[in-house]
Amino acid sequence: MIGLHHYLTVGAILFALGVMGIFLNRKNLIVILMAIELILLAVNINLVAFSAFLGDLVGQVFAMFVLTVAAGEAAIGLAILVIYFRGRGNIAVDDANRMKG
Amino acid sequence: MIQAVAFYLFAAIVVLSAAMVITARNPVHSVLWLILAFFNAAGLMVLVGAEFIAMLLVIVYVGAVAVLFLFVVMMLDIDFAELRAGFVKYLPIGVVLAVGLAAEILIGVGAWSAGGIELSTRIAPIDAAVPNIEAIGRLLYTRYLLVFEGAGLVLLVAMIGAIVLTHRERTGVIKQNIARQVARRSKDAIRKVNQPVGQGVEL
Repeated sequence: MIGLHHYLTVGAILFALGVMGIFLNRKNLIVILMAIELILLAVNINLVAFSAFLGDLVGQVFAMFVLTVAAGEAAIGLAILVIYFRGRGNIAVDDANRMKG
Repeated sequence: MIQAVAFYLFAAIVVLSAAMVITARNPVHSVLWLILAFFNAAGLMVLVGAEFIAMLLVIVYVGAVAVLFLFVVMMLDIDFAELRAGFVKYLPIGVVLAVGLAAEILIGVGAWSAGGIELSTRIAPIDAAVPNIEAIGRLLYTRYLLVFEGAGLVLLVAMIGAIVLTHRERTGVIKQNIARQVARRSKDAIRKVNQPVGQGVEL
């Protein structure tokens, strides 16, 4: 029988893969953005699973808000990526040191 | 039984395609694997009866965000081979961190299942008689109306921000100046001349 734990496990694995993606693709900002989308997907799976198995609809409403913010984040992130590429000609995050932070 | 089979199918494909997203050599392939991951996550959500979120996931992610990613990947002229440099160098720390985080979450899940936190009240109990979309709509337009409008505002700000960030003023091109066009009146543009016969027209 499929229970809440199964869903939470899938969410945990997906979250871990997203975090790993951020570390592995230091030269490629696009894949880092995709890894962030994976992390948000893991969060959504957890929200929906808790909502369904605890019998409360609020989780699904908030999953929708997470989706909204994720879409906005993707749009802004890709816009920043485009202007970053225009100025430098590559998208490696290692080289992003113009502000000497 | 069929539920378990469907769950394991969807879950396996989600995890595998997520792994392919972060390891694929070509970012275009990464985007396509991401689409597969989102489709199967939508399948997982349909299994527990969250149809609205599942359809939203397909429409918003597959229809909009993934296409946006594809556009950007294909628009940028990048040497894909060079992007892979450092992959092996960062592999150990990435794996260690990811495994650590996953273990922490799983420990949390285990602790929760040992002695679950019992919720005394449900804010919006799921009623099996009401369809999922209708129930979410009722909740969204009553209790969470303000948050819903805030979400709309977030999207507006994101849209304006993306336009402002990527907008580029080009020099040396002839453009339409709408303010000048609108401000133009006929008395500025037309001159009435009482032209005597036999003399040339002065321009």
